[in-house]
Amino acid sequence: MEFFRNTNIDFLGKKWYFLTFSLIFSVAGLLSMAFWHGIPLGVDFRGGTLVYVKYAHTPDPSAIHNEIERAGLKNARVQRYGAPGNNEVLIGLDIQETSEQDLSNGKDQIKQALESNAVAGKQDLNNTSSLAIKNYLLEKDPLQLGSGTEANPRYTAIAQAIVDYRDKTKGGVLGSIEELKTAADPAVVTSLSDNFFVSDFGIRNVEIVGPQVGQQLRKQAILATLYSLGGMLIYLGFRFEWIYGVAAVLTVFHDTLITVGAFSLLNWEISLTVIAAILTLIGYSNNDTIVVFDRIRENIKLLRRDRLADIVNKSINQTLSRTILTAGLTFLTVLALFLFGGEVLRGFSFALVVGILIGTYSSIAIAAPILVAYQEWRGEKGKTPIAMPLRSGNGGTQPKEKAKV
Amino acid sequence: MNKNLGWKLVAIVGILLVFLAGIFGIPKEWSGKGILASIADRIHLGLDLRGGTHLILQVQVNDAVNVDSDNAIARLKEDMRTRKINYAEIAKPDPINHPEAIVVKGITPDQTSDFKSIVSDRLPEYGATSGAENSWTVAMKAQSLSDLKNRAVSQAIETIRNRIDQLGVSEPVIQEHGLGQYQILVQLPGVDDPARVKEIMQSTAMLEIKQSLDGQTSYSSEQAALQAHGGVLPPDAILMPGKSIGSKRDTESGESWYIITRASAVTGRDLRTAEPGTDENGQADVRFILTSEGGRKFRAFTSAHVGDSLAVVLDNKVQEVAVIKDTIGENGVISGRFTPQETQDLSMTLRSGALPAGIKYLEERTVGPSLGADSIRSGVQAAVYGMLAVLIFMLIYYRWAGVNADIALILNLIILLGFMGYFGAVLTLPGIAGVILTVGMGVDSNVLIFERIREELRNGKTPPSAVEQGFSHAWITIVDTHVTTIVSAAILFIFGTGPVKGFATTLVFGLLANLFTAVFVSRVIFDWVLSRKQRGEALSI
Repeated sequence: MEFFRNTNIDFLGKKWYFLTFSLIFSVAGLLSMAFWHGIPLGVDFRGGTLVYVKYAHTPDPSAIHNEIERAGLKNARVQRYGAPGNNEVLIGLDIQETSEQDLSNGKDQIKQALESNAVAGKQDLNNTSSLAIKNYLLEKDPLQLGSGTEANPRYTAIAQAIVDYRDKTKGGVLGSIEELKTAADPAVVTSLSDNFFVSDFGIRNVEIVGPQVGQQLRKQAILATLYSLGGMLIYLGFRFEWIYGVAAVLTVFHDTLITVGAFSLLNWEISLTVIAAILTLIGYSNNDTIVVFDRIRENIKLLRRDRLADIVNKSINQTLSRTILTAGLTFLTVLALFLFGGEVLRGFSFALVVGILIGTYSSIAIAAPILVAYQEWRGEKGKTPIAMPLRSGNGGTQPKEKAKV
Repeated sequence: MNKNLGWKLVAIVGILLVFLAGIFGIPKEWSGKGILASIADRIHLGLDLRGGTHLILQVQVNDAVNVDSDNAIARLKEDMRTRKINYAEIAKPDPINHPEAIVVKGITPDQTSDFKSIVSDRLPEYGATSGAENSWTVAMKAQSLSDLKNRAVSQAIETIRNRIDQLGVSEPVIQEHGLGQYQILVQLPGVDDPARVKEIMQSTAMLEIKQSLDGQTSYSSEQAALQAHGGVLPPDAILMPGKSIGSKRDTESGESWYIITRASAVTGRDLRTAEPGTDENGQADVRFILTSEGGRKFRAFTSAHVGDSLAVVLDNKVQEVAVIKDTIGENGVISGRFTPQETQDLSMTLRSGALPAGIKYLEERTVGPSLGADSIRSGVQAAVYGMLAVLIFMLIYYRWAGVNADIALILNLIILLGFMGYFGAVLTLPGIAGVILTVGMGVDSNVLIFERIREELRNGKTPPSAVEQGFSHAWITIVDTHVTTIVSAAILFIFGTGPVKGFATTLVFGLLANLFTAVFVSRVIFDWVLSRKQRGEALSI
């Protein structure tokens, strides 16, 4: 089986279409960043409080929003999260509500506001840790174990079983305390109902990032991206002439811009893992570019009489099968990640899906035309005839016959 | 089969076995459960998959500097008194931003050399520089200052570790967080209730026993206390609120303020041990025993101050004030309307050592166990689908050579997971994504080689020479693709934390292993296939 044999597409002839396509997406992304959604930063970079809440029933975000607002927390964002059947909502608070003096204050307030059926003097069993349950049981001693040495391990195990039943069997939310009878001794359950009630939700996940860490992570993300681009520039400069490195880095920058632009257009938040995906793309997207450049350099030596534009076209066509296949296979795995990898990885896998598509496109449609454009510009200034000068002897890092893949 | 090939096959099987051992270890029992337990023992799951609490906190190192410079002030005053050096004022002008700087004003020029010798003899970590109008700035030297701050961080790590250990959390991570200044990273697997852990970690449990200057008198507000002294505090004195730790009862019943000395008779560092106890009325209290050195200090202090009042200060709050009736030695009691739980926590934190400085929480993340389980399920699901898609595609597109690629790919995964088992690397959810991505990027190497072999065959080469050419020519490109991706991943590893680091780890290990499997293993399989073929028989690719 073979998909691309002896293709002969005039890629450079279509450069204006490509340029238009890239410009539309880059400019749309830039406009969105500047005037519409900005760069939607996740809680990692912005700082703030995120509470992931799972309900026993279908949640109503606007009712939840009202409850939280009544508790005095302004500007809370409440949105459905994950698959509809999961009954989850995501509640976000701004950095203003997240002070380093009392980091978890916002979360505690949200919890209190949502416990609409709270019973005075009782605690919410759906949001109590096994440690607290154990301490309570130790104090009340419903099994009448006395103060001997066996009480502590016994109640620790019971508390753990109760929490496991709640979190693993019931998915995080108990409907009533009575349900625990399948997991614990009736005497324990009766004793628990003296001090606990069950709310209709359980907190699954909490992320609280103070302003200092947010700022620190922002700085690191920018630095890491710059270092990554710099690393590519150095490596390519070492492997090729500098203009190849510049072309490759401009291409990768174009990919990054469009990927971040996609997040801005969709108003999806950029989290730490999205940055990880973008850095991976910076490395990966260069692969295809390098393969095309390798072939261009090889063909320049073989076809000395040809115009650079023809050589570039021929090189792209020769490597097309390889480029599409490898990108396609990586794309398959990334797509699996996007479709089945779950909500936590959604942003990460989305960045990879967009990035791999754009990265493959750009190594064909952007990187090579930059080389040709530079060449023509130099030609107009009357500096170098025909093909570009290449480092003779290939700097010793190359075998005589290079990757002709 | 030629001999060389035989050895290569043996080497591959050997490596396979070594890395399988890395994943599975040697299970204690050969049942499904035993094997799973053995894997869990070797491949550690990150907090995002296991559930647990992740905290980043910052040590307020200036607290430690303030303590040190307060002591320096006390020592300076004492020495200037004994050497009869006159001065107008001694104070720290900016204790919040520059706690290391002390300014002494009004030293007459004829006494400056005496003053300088006190500083250099008695306070070797400080240096004196002269300022305008006979004033001197005595500041901690830069090296000593940074040592002190770093010591405060490592001491805080030690103290927090002691306390976490007493809570019985398994496999906690407590280490300096290199990305920020004076920050500590705490990861507590399985702990889904950060509130109580934070409470225990945060209580500085800084015990100080000082003199209460107004006896047992307390004031209802700061103003009232100041008025009692005509608006000016006595020298060396500070105002301190009286509250009991952890309980809100005292604050509810109104404020109380005490005027006490700045310097301490003894501190928590002089403590040997502390235990919860009860007094004659059944009220819970904490009994402590001082070290012999601490006991000596305390005996000297109390014998000199019989009739005065002592204030027991915990975390800058006065717990209780008592009259010194007689000389006190090594044993003492802290009482203050505690609950039994509070006395247990307090004696535990006192035993574990005081934090040298306050701490501030900067980041808190909790993953509930149900979410972790969901993440594992969806991560594994995505990995299986992604992998199947790639394996099936390779079979269809390259036929028998596809089998070759699939074997190499599976071996690649085994080596990757085995690596993680041996290095104790942590598998996170993005780490699982890294595994999936390794499959996608790893198979690129096979595609590069196979495409080249096809091209060579089209050009009329014999299968053995096409295979030879395909591998040697694709090598450079494979190195290129791996280098660029690994450079990015390495930068991620340096800058990332937690889950992101897990991603970088699996990606780097996976791609390194891929160099071996896609090039060496795949080549050996080709050679083996070719060795069984008749001359001129076609290659299935």
